[in-house]
Amino acid sequence: MSSDKISVVVVSASRERLQMAAMVASVGAVSGHRVSIFLSMNALSYFVAGHNPADVPVEGEFGKLLVSRNAPPFMDLFEQAVELGDAQIFPCSMAMDILGLKQADMVPYLQDPLGLTRFLDDASGGQVWSF
Amino acid sequence: MSEKKVIDARGTFCPGPLMELIAGIKQSEVGEELEILSSDEGSAKDIPEWINKVGHEMVESFESDGVWHIVVRKSK
Repeated sequence: MSSDKISVVVVSASRERLQMAAMVASVGAVSGHRVSIFLSMNALSYFVAGHNPADVPVEGEFGKLLVSRNAPPFMDLFEQAVELGDAQIFPCSMAMDILGLKQADMVPYLQDPLGLTRFLDDASGGQVWSF
Repeated sequence: MSEKKVIDARGTFCPGPLMELIAGIKQSEVGEELEILSSDEGSAKDIPEWINKVGHEMVESFESDGVWHIVVRKSK
C-alpha cells in the first residue's frame, strides 16, 4: 500500500471537472503525494499547444462563476502541479493516435504518451480519482 | 534577519493563494518568513493545513478588514 500516491484520470471537457481535477492534482502534488495524471478522451485537446482555454464548455452555473470570480485557470494549476510539486502528466497513447497528435504538438510539461496498462499498473495501491 | 516577503494573492480562490505561497517558498531561503494575503476564506483554512503537513513553521494567522494574513517560516 502506498497511500502517498494519487492517480488522476481526466477525460471530461467540462470546465468544472477540469478545474476539480487540476485542484486535486496540484494540491496533492505539493502536499507530499506523487501524482500521476492521465489525459484521455475529450480532455486531451486542451493540452495541445496553442489551444485557447477560453472556449471550455460549462456544465452549469458554477462553471460560469469559475470564470467570472477569477478562480485559478485549470491549465495553470496542472502546470504548477508539475513545476511546484511531484506530478507527472501523461497523454493517453490511444487518444493521441485517434487525434493524430504527436508529443511535439502538446504543451511542453507533458510526459511521453502512456498506455492504459502501464498507467493502471502504476496506480495500483494508491488513490485513484476520475474526472 | 531579513524582512519578510509579502505575497498578495487577494482576489483569487483556492488553491491559487496556496500555489502562490509555495512558489514563494521555493524561491526563499530556510528561515525566511513569508506573509500571504488572501481574500479567500477557504484558503485561509487550507494553507495552515498545508504548512503543518509539509513541516514549515506557522508564525501567525489573522484576519483584518476581510483579508487573511498568514505568516509562515520556511523550515527546510
